[in-house]
Amino acid sequence: MAEVERILLEYNIEGGNFTRAGYASSQIKKVLKQMQVDLGVIKRTVVASYEAEVNVVAHAYSGTMYVAIDPEAVCIELVDEGPGIPDIEQAMQEGFSTASVSVREMGFGAGMGLPNIKKNTDHLEIDSQVEKGTRVAMTIFLDPARRNKEQQQ
Amino acid sequence: MMDTMKVSELTEKLDLKVYSGRKGLSRDITGGYVSDLLSDVMGNADAGEVWLTLQTHKNIMAIASLKDLAAILLVGGNKPDEDTARQSDLEEIPILGTSLPAFEVAGKVYDLLKNDAGIQG
Repeated sequence: MAEVERILLEYNIEGGNFTRAGYASSQIKKVLKQMQVDLGVIKRTVVASYEAEVNVVAHAYSGTMYVAIDPEAVCIELVDEGPGIPDIEQAMQEGFSTASVSVREMGFGAGMGLPNIKKNTDHLEIDSQVEKGTRVAMTIFLDPARRNKEQQQ
Repeated sequence: MMDTMKVSELTEKLDLKVYSGRKGLSRDITGGYVSDLLSDVMGNADAGEVWLTLQTHKNIMAIASLKDLAAILLVGGNKPDEDTARQSDLEEIPILGTSLPAFEVAGKVYDLLKNDAGIQG
């Protein structure tokens, strides 16, 4: 019987340090490629994890990305210490952003991050406490057929 | 008619500068994307595309690498930051440059890919 493999990864994310933004996502991409996961699934995972990673860099003081990959799905949880999100529904709207001018000048903060995450994941949970921090948990099924099936329902 | 074009061919035909990532000049180009918003590129660009932008900081390399883009083409005479160029060498994804503004160079790239190479999209 095949052993059920579960890969756990953990990355620290430094608030404000844009030179490292994307590092965790590139590591996740490498692992998924080695596992020969469906290319479309890898692409969606990378978009969602990068956006979530950048959100911590752009808005929080520090954070941790926890990744669990099993034969069913890749689950990514980001927990940060930061200002939190006062109105999650508003934050989910395309075009809404609270990013600083300097962050916007770099081409971030277009208010597309959370919508991009939503579009590319199969499950998304956001909990936030103002002046404490935010937790974003996302799941992407490794079987692309499962996504299509659940979307039709 | 071919249906791919190498980054090196695009570079020659449009007389582009090659700032970095020379080892990636043999990459195939499947299309192009123009945007200076990183999330837009992240969400909407496709693997193999050449990305036209005026952004020069290191994060453009993170995006190019994560999205498997063929090359970055800096418009309007922009040059990559030093750490951006270093990352481009490491990733072997070329950063190209032109003094032409985005609209003009996008037209030329589009024309070359569509009409010379027969690439759709």
